[in-house]
Amino acid sequence: MAASLLSQAMKRCSAHTCAAVAVRRALSSGAATPSVYTRFLLKLSHYFYDVENILDWNNWLRSQGVIHKNRFAGQSEWFRPDSRGRFSYDFMSTPDAKIEEVDLSGTLINHNGLENLVKQNKLQTLSLRGCPEVDDWFLARLHVFGESLVELDLSHCSRITVGGLAALQNLRKLERLDISGLPRLQNPGLVRILLEEMLPHCQVSGAEYEQGLIQPDSQEQTEGHHEASTHTGLRHL
Amino acid sequence: FAFGYNSVITKRNKFFLPVFRDLDAQLRAFRDKAAAAMPGSDWSPIELTPGLPPERADVVIVGGGVVGWSIAYWLKMKARVRDGLRVLVVEKDPTYSQASTVLSCGGIRQQFSLKENIMLSLFSAHFMKNINNHLCVVNEDPVDLQFNHSGYLFLASEKSAHIMEENYRTQRYVGAKVALLSPSQLKERFPWMNMEGVALASLGLENEGWFDPWSLLNALRRKAVSMGVYQCFGEVTGFKCAANLAETTDGEVLNVQRIKYVNVRMPNSLEYQPVECAVVVNAAGANSGKIASMLGIGLGPKESVSGVPLPVEPRKRFVYVVHCPDGPGLDTPFLIDYSGVYCRREGLGGNYITGMSPEETEEPDISNLDVDHEFFQEKVWHRLAHRIPAFEQLKVSNAWAGFYDYNTFDQNGIIGLHPLVPNMYFATGFSGHGLQQSPAVGLAVAELILDGGYKTIDLSALDLKRILLQEPILESNIV
Repeated sequence: MAASLLSQAMKRCSAHTCAAVAVRRALSSGAATPSVYTRFLLKLSHYFYDVENILDWNNWLRSQGVIHKNRFAGQSEWFRPDSRGRFSYDFMSTPDAKIEEVDLSGTLINHNGLENLVKQNKLQTLSLRGCPEVDDWFLARLHVFGESLVELDLSHCSRITVGGLAALQNLRKLERLDISGLPRLQNPGLVRILLEEMLPHCQVSGAEYEQGLIQPDSQEQTEGHHEASTHTGLRHL
Repeated sequence: FAFGYNSVITKRNKFFLPVFRDLDAQLRAFRDKAAAAMPGSDWSPIELTPGLPPERADVVIVGGGVVGWSIAYWLKMKARVRDGLRVLVVEKDPTYSQASTVLSCGGIRQQFSLKENIMLSLFSAHFMKNINNHLCVVNEDPVDLQFNHSGYLFLASEKSAHIMEENYRTQRYVGAKVALLSPSQLKERFPWMNMEGVALASLGLENEGWFDPWSLLNALRRKAVSMGVYQCFGEVTGFKCAANLAETTDGEVLNVQRIKYVNVRMPNSLEYQPVECAVVVNAAGANSGKIASMLGIGLGPKESVSGVPLPVEPRKRFVYVVHCPDGPGLDTPFLIDYSGVYCRREGLGGNYITGMSPEETEEPDISNLDVDHEFFQEKVWHRLAHRIPAFEQLKVSNAWAGFYDYNTFDQNGIIGLHPLVPNMYFATGFSGHGLQQSPAVGLAVAELILDGGYKTIDLSALDLKRILLQEPILESNIV
């Protein structure tokens, strides 16, 4: 492998200017700039196929790791792990009890992890605050709780877009929905209006009607920006 | 060589005259000698024409749409060794201006009546669910398909309600998540709809919706090219085959042709490159019939095997973008009425995409992609307004037309080998649902080529031999 690294031919494709997946992960965990090691790896991957393959495997292994954690993470229904991280298995003594509220905030759950929860047809509250792997496909799988789910907290899940929120039409009993802090919603105010129209009994919080609208007092200063922002607003519709 | 011929012929350079006289021929001889020195590689010191395909390839895929690139991706994915398999994708149009892939509405559904179709769609939905695990390229942006999970809503009248119930049982059995709704439940869910004439409806709950076909095509292409697939923009104008005679049990003598070379002609030029290949895949979409006829399929006497043409022809379909500010909101599914009219939401600004398949006898002219606005006024609008009363007042803001690769035999995909051409695989004739089945079809064809049989999804029912045996398998939910 090392020998082939040195003797491998230069890559044919031209240099790409987008940020690397590795860099994005480092940035999302709070580092200011990518480390020298990461930058060196990226430079090498431009030139050698082997390094590119290794980085590919790394990403694949990481995604497999996420899938693995979802399969074996248990439900944390106010049975919290104690200070040493161990679970008390008292709830196993009442196997017929129906779970009503699940708090999954901050976990790595994704659509595979819902396998653990689909049997719970009395689930009333689901909190997904700050889960980075919850995306539109996860929301589409929530239709199994259509008859029981009353409260859903989706705040700060960075992957959710309007396409996934459209799937919430199957949750007919929903009364409280929190959509604050979703960076991929271009028009949060409009989305709130559409969601309230779609689910008449539901109270949507986390987005104000004025979000996304041009403020009248800033019009004189930002004439040029006004043109640009309406143009992008229309383009994203 | 930049300097002119005459300036070189001075008294001192008369010695070198013979060298410059035959420059062209000498360069060609030099190039052939250099190529012969390294017989395994196709590196040449002088590149004559940019964009020429390689002289040899293992698999040539005719057609660079979503089906063609999906096959290329899966072929490379299954052959794990880099450069273990040389795949070439040949696409006629670099701008994709007439390609069916990018002109499609982009919907995906599992509500079919044939279980193979349901399985293909389900696999493709799971592929798109984990698309970044499959198609992520190091150092590039992650793939964003802009998938809208609104589901499909099929409406059935009294006459066809029993067909819908039977289809519902098949879909549930295969694993699709579908729910049947009565008219009263429909009224409560979708108050903007007019229930007149509707006896039953079926709504897709999961893995159904619409997405951006251009993103899927580019993601497949980017990943395949990063794995070493060659891309060539050119038109396939003919094949060079080796013919053998074979005799059937009835005593009929057949001319079996094995493709040796594919002639790829460069755009806007007469120059062509014969690409030596082992396997050819026909994924040319609406032009698949033309490719098949280049091999003589369908040109023989009427009663023989070679007289049966490939029943795939282009059919023009219109798509209209309408704006209606009072129209239905975020919960609008991809609505398909029993009269044939379909409609889906586009974006958040009150725009909708709508259209209808014309009657068999009134098929529009396929020589161009011009839109017939009279069709909307006369056929589509009143049916649409009958079903959704808010659409009585709307404005058509845009329209386009695209081709279906329509299978005139039974409107289902054709996958497999032809007995007369033992190394051409067909993956065509999807009649409007090629895009939604493309990841699964790509895997199926790659398994056929590399493993010799189906491993993941068994598509023997969609084999080409049903055309020759005249045994159609009909799909009742074609839009």
